[in-house]
Amino acid sequence: MDFDLSDEQSLLKDSVTRWAADTYGTLEHLAAARAAPLGFPEAGWAELAELGLLGLPFSEADGGFGGGSVETLVVMEALGRAMAPEPYLASIVLGGGALRLAGSADQKAALLPGLMDGSTRLAFAHAEAQARYDLNDVATTARAVEGGFRLDGRKSVVLNADAAKTLVVSARTSGNRRDAAGISLFLVPADAPGVTVSAYPTQDGGRAGDVALADVFVPADAVLGPLGEGLGVVERVTEGAIAAVCAEAVGLMEALHGLTVDYLKTRKQFGVAIGSFQALQHKAVDMFVALEQARSMALYAGMMLEATDEGERRTALSAAKVQINKSARLVGQTAVQLHGGIGMTMEYIGAHHFRRLAMIELMFGDTAYHQRRVAAAGGLVSAA
Amino acid sequence: MDLRFTPEEIAFREEVRTFFRTEIPAEIRAKVSEGRKLAREDYVTSQRILNDKGWAVPHWPLEHGGQPWTTVQRYIFMEELMQAAVPLPLQFNCFMVGPVIATFGNDAQKARFLPRIKSLEDWWCQGFSEPGAGSDLASLKTRAVRQGDHYVVNGQKAWTTLGQYADWMFCLARTDMEAKKQQGISFLLIDMKSPGVTVRPIITIDGRHEVNEVFLDNVEVPLENLVGEENKGWDYAKFLLANERTGIARIGMSKERIARIKRLAQTTPAGEGSMWDDLDFRSRLASVEIELKALEITQMRVVAAQATRDPTKPDPASSILKIKGSELQQATTELLLELAGPNALPAAREEAGHNDMESLFAWADTAAPTYFNMRKVSIYGGSNEIQHNVIAKAILGL
Repeated sequence: MDFDLSDEQSLLKDSVTRWAADTYGTLEHLAAARAAPLGFPEAGWAELAELGLLGLPFSEADGGFGGGSVETLVVMEALGRAMAPEPYLASIVLGGGALRLAGSADQKAALLPGLMDGSTRLAFAHAEAQARYDLNDVATTARAVEGGFRLDGRKSVVLNADAAKTLVVSARTSGNRRDAAGISLFLVPADAPGVTVSAYPTQDGGRAGDVALADVFVPADAVLGPLGEGLGVVERVTEGAIAAVCAEAVGLMEALHGLTVDYLKTRKQFGVAIGSFQALQHKAVDMFVALEQARSMALYAGMMLEATDEGERRTALSAAKVQINKSARLVGQTAVQLHGGIGMTMEYIGAHHFRRLAMIELMFGDTAYHQRRVAAAGGLVSAA
Repeated sequence: MDLRFTPEEIAFREEVRTFFRTEIPAEIRAKVSEGRKLAREDYVTSQRILNDKGWAVPHWPLEHGGQPWTTVQRYIFMEELMQAAVPLPLQFNCFMVGPVIATFGNDAQKARFLPRIKSLEDWWCQGFSEPGAGSDLASLKTRAVRQGDHYVVNGQKAWTTLGQYADWMFCLARTDMEAKKQQGISFLLIDMKSPGVTVRPIITIDGRHEVNEVFLDNVEVPLENLVGEENKGWDYAKFLLANERTGIARIGMSKERIARIKRLAQTTPAGEGSMWDDLDFRSRLASVEIELKALEITQMRVVAAQATRDPTKPDPASSILKIKGSELQQATTELLLELAGPNALPAAREEAGHNDMESLFAWADTAAPTYFNMRKVSIYGGSNEIQHNVIAKAILGL
């Protein structure tokens, strides 16, 4: 049992934390970055490439740095703390995750160098509006045709879709809408004829888009992973994303809790710092307890991400997401409350942490969804 | 970073698990699991078995019978003990007065008391709280006046847990009336058979006799029963209370209760099936299990940090364990009560002479008393509100 980061992991943490604080230390910096056409500055993405972060999770054989889940979580927590708007989750964790897990040697050779040097980006176009959180619910179809496939359907709220050169698209090659079997993954150039990306800002300061696919042709070698067996890959990719947003949320909560405690120490009413009031102290402590519980479960998510037992892994990730969601709600809401009026304004940076935390709750499964999954699996404590 | 136990730690876990489940009598463990009243003899039997194995006080200094275990091993030991529903070694003996005497007592006191403390030949109770001194313990009024070769002690102690069984009491009493609050307090060892000691039961909210009032009326205490220095008792009490927080989260107990709830849910009829088929119930159970898993890891983080901390100073992070651990213990008793449903209402059927105790719902008779009793855990050991104050001050700097 060892909760310490290795020397290399500590260096990684320090360098990402420093970069994020220097780049996005104030709301003005953050607002300027978000105002860029894609919602983040290209220069920022290039800097992440220079720091080696874009190649971090990929194996050394593939030209990456061979980082594991802990390294990804260290990066996500540090980016989360500063609310860095770069699409690390969308492009490296989600899109890159699918390529890492299911890509052939040729596909990796074609895409990974660009992904790692920052010249190309991926997005993960899986979710559909009717599916809510059910990963098996895929209505988009892929018809086998001469030399390849033709895709039809609509993908919903694809994170940073407008920043991607290549989309990882799930589509049915057989079966009915909710069947587990028959889902396949495809690498689709964003500028392929028939692809329309309708992009928009999101409530948390990021960007996403709906992706319409109208008779889009892809060649046979665009199939990512085994045909008809894409659901397993989607599940693994989503588990990685859950662990990543858990870590991001811990960074956000830590920053927001710090802001709140500082505010309690400096804001004066009735002639004293409001942090001298016990009613407010106890709420700040409740935030702290929730943060530490979330931190523990983010560590658990990172560890269990590498578990080989599928059922155990799935239940663990669901449990982690439940804890992160509950903590995120308590920390976010209490922070706004303790700040009073200023916490309600867009000019206050803490309000932006709150908004991101609230949206993270709804990503990759909300509290009720994951709690039901844990319950259906029989829980975490053995009855024996 | 690696949250897993090493192969050696896993082997250790198997060893202690097997010992608890084969050597401690099943009837005693069943009483603990089912929330039934333990007799004095049950505590003594269980602790003797541990003591014969050398495991009653593994956290004590080696020369007094401790084990050379790591903090992780100690943690595993306590978790497995609780999950096997073994009665905890008597807290007042093993975690409170024992470590104080071992650390601050003189050689004569160590030789006289420590062996009998760990074997439970002497049963100790705690004389700290008073009717007017609860969370504000330092405002205690019991006074000890030196007369020749003894102190004369007068006062009243409250909430003396299992004092009805006690042979000895460790007691805080004021020896300097002029000194400021925390100063002028001494740590005395009082023979409960001394003239002037009266124990009066307090029946708690669960209808049971667990705590007492103890009246001290001109009780003569030999000077040799002073621990450490006169007027330094508050320091020893603080050391003791830091020890008390060890394992205060009681995660193993909550796990044990959850496992039992799961087994009972499968045999508790509901609708066409059992309560286990009720996904709403299971989802509420899962909610508690998830928080408990988070707390288990939080506790391991605190334990891992202990290895490099000054063991005589309390870790303010342990206040998190107290707050969350007590909340979750209480939540498990609420789920047990919910599971029992209307069958929780009957009280004292056994005493009333009914012989249907083999019925499907015999277990439900203890659901309500368990729920009632466990309201105490957010009050004792420094109430949860006090723990909030500790974190606000020591960690957040408010």
